Amino acid sequence: VRTSKTLAAIVAVAGTAMLAAACGSSGSGSGASSVNWAKVTHISASGSTDMANLVAAAEKEGQLNVITLPSNWANYGTIMKDFTAKYHIHISDAIPEGSSGQEIQAVQTEKGQKRAPDVVDVGTAFAVEGANDGLWAPYKVATWSDIPGNAKDGNGDYYADYGGYVAIGYNPAVVKVAPTSFASLTNPAYKHMIGLNNSPTTAGAAFAAVYAAALANGGSFGNIEPGIQYFANLNKIGNFVPTAIGGPTTVQNGTTPILIWWDYLLASEVSPVVKGFKIVIPSDSSYAAYYDQAISATAPDPAAARLWEEFLYSTEGQNLWLEGYARPIELSTLVANGTVNKTAYAKLPPAPSGSLKFPTDAQQASAENVVSQNWAKQVG
Amino acid sequence: MADSMTTAVAPEPEYSGARPGASRTRSDRVTKVLRTLLRWAGVLPFTAYVAAGLLAPMVAIVIYSLQPNHGGFVASRATAPTLSNFDTAVHGTYLTGLTNVLLLALVTSVVPGVFGFLIAYAIHTARRGVVLRRVVITAAGVFANFGGVPLAFLFIATLSTTGIVTGWIKTLFNFDIWDHGFSLYNPYGVALVYLYFQIPLMVLVILPALEGLRPAWREAAENLGGRSWHYWRHIGGPVLLPSFLGCVLLLFGSGLSAYATAEALTGGTIALTPIQIGSLLNGNVLAGQENLGYALGVILVVIIAVVMVGYVLLQRRAARWLR
Repeated sequence: VRTSKTLAAIVAVAGTAMLAAACGSSGSGSGASSVNWAKVTHISASGSTDMANLVAAAEKEGQLNVITLPSNWANYGTIMKDFTAKYHIHISDAIPEGSSGQEIQAVQTEKGQKRAPDVVDVGTAFAVEGANDGLWAPYKVATWSDIPGNAKDGNGDYYADYGGYVAIGYNPAVVKVAPTSFASLTNPAYKHMIGLNNSPTTAGAAFAAVYAAALANGGSFGNIEPGIQYFANLNKIGNFVPTAIGGPTTVQNGTTPILIWWDYLLASEVSPVVKGFKIVIPSDSSYAAYYDQAISATAPDPAAARLWEEFLYSTEGQNLWLEGYARPIELSTLVANGTVNKTAYAKLPPAPSGSLKFPTDAQQASAENVVSQNWAKQVG
Repeated sequence: MADSMTTAVAPEPEYSGARPGASRTRSDRVTKVLRTLLRWAGVLPFTAYVAAGLLAPMVAIVIYSLQPNHGGFVASRATAPTLSNFDTAVHGTYLTGLTNVLLLALVTSVVPGVFGFLIAYAIHTARRGVVLRRVVITAAGVFANFGGVPLAFLFIATLSTTGIVTGWIKTLFNFDIWDHGFSLYNPYGVALVYLYFQIPLMVLVILPALEGLRPAWREAAENLGGRSWHYWRHIGGPVLLPSFLGCVLLLFGSGLSAYATAEALTGGTIALTPIQIGSLLNGNVLAGQENLGYALGVILVVIIAVVMVGYVLLQRRAARWLR
């Protein structure tokens, strides 16, 4: 399976690269400029590495290779279109439906080639893995200080981009008493009503829901067991519907009128099809997870890669993510500065106060094993 | 038959082309070789298909299952083979998964086996049943191939707490089946859903065996003064038994490998090996434990292999009477 995936990735990437070449995009090369953009770790206020020179160098490269960005995911379609329109830089998106693992593989296997990915958007575990393998070029965007300290690598290897909170979505037409917290979900009025999007042994969102439930019930990032016990109890009292196909359809047809999922997916996938659908972040637990950006150390278009990050972490880029229902990492700054797109912001439930906290990789891995071993035993 | 054919086309010595005065034998030989090649060429696509689609993956999963899990994504892991994956596979939740899937497969092969047999027997013996027969066989062909998430959703839409049929029963009899122990999301619910495709599958596979029962045998038994019981005890039963057991084994294999339906219904709350393999290989939660998934796969392959050998042996025995 692994080999075939790699092969598919290579074929897809090769195809995209050939297309890009056919479109007549020019290659990389610093030309007259003396700046080696691959070594630039941040832009300066003035001089040869300022924003104007970065734009000039990136436009000269005229090409940016991204990977696994679905156009209907987090508004990436518009983001790429706007970037190209603004800077006249052609974007090649390899394997739009691919996974984080495939991104890492492409960076490794296509090293030194013109079609290799310049930038990646990966899950945190994969960003860390890449950093350990020396795959990323450290870079700190101009708004670096607006990214929370625990959501970025101190060296600038990777940095959170967008994500969201575990949230409770419900259809008020069926759910008469509004749920507010994990504790409130044990209400007997919710019999046969509460679902997850999938099995927590398979889906990241469902796993996050168990983690969040653990935090609400005396657990911690190092102890997910209370979360499993919480769902075991929910199942015992008959409130939990353990179907693995939770989503817009199961809310619509009443199988799971209450659905625990990422807030941005509830907003983007369920809200449009269920009239009056409500989303709350449980008051007794706020668990958020974010994806990460990183620039490849061997990016064939180093200036365009850096300009892309500057674009994503500008007010414009951050709002574009928000318009795709994803919560940009600098959201609180946008809100404080009043630069947030208010219409888009209103579609997401208000974020809980307090700073973001994330489990360490070791905690995460250990929690994954505990859930795999105990979920069926305790909840089934 | 097959054996004699193979010897007839045993490989010829290779034509050297340097021998003068042997033109006649030579052309004979060439024709013979060509014919042989032509005969084998027919099975070439199938052989290639089996090699690429079955043998290669088989070899790959056996190799992977013997490698330690790496946890990372770097491809350099030249390590000695280990049985640690198999050790994990027969402990804890994975052992429960194997027991559950074997139990589920057993129940969902024996029960539909009996029901399917009775239905098949009914339509086989129905008078003026040509139309009925055709309808049942066509329907069985459709139902037996219905599965996966769509099937799970069909049952959720009809029999879940808000399902249509649940609603009807509530309105007609003022009786909520869900309040009286019924559930789609436990092992019984999953077994019930499996009946949906297992019973039609049984009808399809047992019918040819029933058709092999000659009316003459029954007449002969009656002419000799035998009653219905005698006929079934000494003729019908023994003739059909291998076929029946063979078909049940086939259902067993089918129940063992069904995956998406159970997953969609239970969300991993029942430990079942195929679902666990899915989590390990395709999931977004467990990283770096693929080789454990391959080890579980190897165990299922071995079980299926044993089942298929049993099926072939039983079919061979049944074939004596059904020629």
